[in-house]
Amino acid sequence: MTKQTYLDNAATTPMDARVVDAMLPFLKESFGNPSSVHSAGQTVRAAVEKARAQVAALVGARPDEIFFTSGGTEADNWALKGTAWAKADKGRHLITSGIEHHAVMESAEYLEKHGFEVSYLPVDEYGRVDIESVAAAVTPGTILVSVMHANNEIGTIQPVAEIGRLLRNKDTIFHVDAVQTAGHLPVDVNEIGADLMSISGHKLYGPKGIGALYIRKGVRIASLLSGGSQERNKRPGTENVAGIIGFGAAAEIAMSEMTAETDRITALRDRLAKELLARIPDSTLNGHPTDRLANNVNISFRYVEGESLVLHLDFEGIFASTGSACSSSSLEPSHVLLACGRLAEDAHGSIRFSLGKFNNEEDIDRVIETLPGIVKKLRAMSPLAPGAAE
Amino acid sequence: MNNGPASYSEQVIEHVKNPRNIGELENPDGVGRVGNPVCGDVMELYIKVKDGIITDSSFKTFGCGAAIATSSMVTEMVKGKTIKEALEISNKAVADALGGLPPVKMHCSVLAEEALKKAIENYYERQGEKPPFETTPSSDEHHH
Repeated sequence: MTKQTYLDNAATTPMDARVVDAMLPFLKESFGNPSSVHSAGQTVRAAVEKARAQVAALVGARPDEIFFTSGGTEADNWALKGTAWAKADKGRHLITSGIEHHAVMESAEYLEKHGFEVSYLPVDEYGRVDIESVAAAVTPGTILVSVMHANNEIGTIQPVAEIGRLLRNKDTIFHVDAVQTAGHLPVDVNEIGADLMSISGHKLYGPKGIGALYIRKGVRIASLLSGGSQERNKRPGTENVAGIIGFGAAAEIAMSEMTAETDRITALRDRLAKELLARIPDSTLNGHPTDRLANNVNISFRYVEGESLVLHLDFEGIFASTGSACSSSSLEPSHVLLACGRLAEDAHGSIRFSLGKFNNEEDIDRVIETLPGIVKKLRAMSPLAPGAAE
Repeated sequence: MNNGPASYSEQVIEHVKNPRNIGELENPDGVGRVGNPVCGDVMELYIKVKDGIITDSSFKTFGCGAAIATSSMVTEMVKGKTIKEALEISNKAVADALGGLPPVKMHCSVLAEEALKKAIENYYERQGEKPPFETTPSSDEHHH
C-alpha cells in the first residue's frame, strides 16, 4: 500500500491516542447521564466539569463561560443568530469580514433575509482586515462584530486584539471564530477582548462533533435550541459526554505542547513553501507571508485546477485540500481568495497543505518531490498554459 | 498508487490517471473550445476528418478530474464515427461510458458534448459549409 501523508489538518486532525484513552471509559462503563442525580450520573457530571475547566483554560476563560456545542459550526451560528435575536431591539446591524468561514457567512446571510443589515469588511491582498475599516463600519446600531482569529484557507492571522480594543466600551458584541487557532496559537479571550468565541475539538487532535462557545459572563444571547436545562439553560440536549471529555483532554495536551510544536511546524511549513515556490514556476503564496498559522501553506499554481492537483496527490498517497470550486459541492471559486484579489482562474488553481503534529521532514520531502511533476503534467494538458510553461 | 476518492468511478479515476489523446492535433480539421477560466473549466477538442469520418481526436483541458475524464473519454468515443454519429453522442453517453459521474460533476459531461459539437461546427465552417444543425452559443456563455 502507498505510504500515506496526511496534510489536511485544517480540515480535521487525527485524534491523539491520549485523547482516545481519556474518552474510552465514558464510552464503556461510565455511561451515566450527567443530569441524573444518582452517583452514576454525578460521576460523569464531575468529569464533564473537569473537561469544561480544561477547555476554559485553553482560551483564558472561566469554566462557567464555556458552553459545549456540537462543533464550531453550531458555535458560529449561535454567536451570530443568538446575538441578533437577543439584541434586535438595540439595533439590527452586524459586521463581519469577507473571508469568514461559511458557518459565519451563511449565518450572516440568513440574518440579512430576516431584516438585519450586514457589512462585509474588505481584506487586503494577504487577507487581513484593515482596523480602520472596522472603525468606519461601526454605527450606534451595530450589535455584533464577528472576525475570525485566523483564516482556515490561507492561514492569515487577523488583528483581533486591536479590533477588541476598538470595540471596548462600546455596546457591540465581539465574536471571534477561533476554530483554527485554539490549541495552535496562544488564545486569551481577555487579551483579545472577545465577548464570544467559537472553538472546536477535532481541529486540535480531539474528537469530531464537539465544540464550544465562550460567552463572556454578563453577555446575553438567545438560545437556538429548546427542550432542557443543560448548559445552564442555554444549550439544551444531553451532553456529548465522551466528546466533551476528549475535547478537555485535547485542550490540556495542546496547551502543554504548543510552544515546542509551533516551532517545529513553522520550520516545516517554511521549507515546504520555499521549495514549492522555487521549484514550480508561476506559483504564488496565498495569505500573509509571516502573520499566518504555523501549519498553513496555500499556493496558487497558474494554468491548473485545484481538484486535479488534489486527485493526483491522492494517487500518490498525499492528502491535501483546495478552496477551488470543484473540490466541494459548490462550483464557485474560493470566496477567500477572490476577496484577496486573486483572479478566478488562480483561485481555482489553489491548494492548501495544512501540517500537523504527526507530520515530519519526510512528509515535506515527499510533497516537494511529487508536486512539481504533477503540475507539469497538468499544465501539459491545459489550454491556458503557454507552450513554454512547465 | 492510491485509487483516489470513492466519489469517482474506477473509469473516471483511470482516465484522470492516464488521460488519452492529450494535446493539439497537427493541422486539425475542426477545433472546439468551450467553458471559461472563471468557471474553472476550459476544454479544447480537436478532430481530424476524412471522407466524413472522424479519424483522430485530441483534447486540452483545464479543469477538475471529471472535466479531464470526460474530455479524454469523448475523444475515444468519437474516433471512427461519422460526423452524424458523433453528433449523436450525448453528455449522458459520455458519463455512462465513464461509469457515471457525481451529480455535481454532470456539467463536465455537458461541456464535453458541447466541445465536440463546437469542433464539428468548426469543421463545417472550415469547409465553407453551414452546419446542418443549430449552432451552439459562444463558449463564454457556458454556465454550470
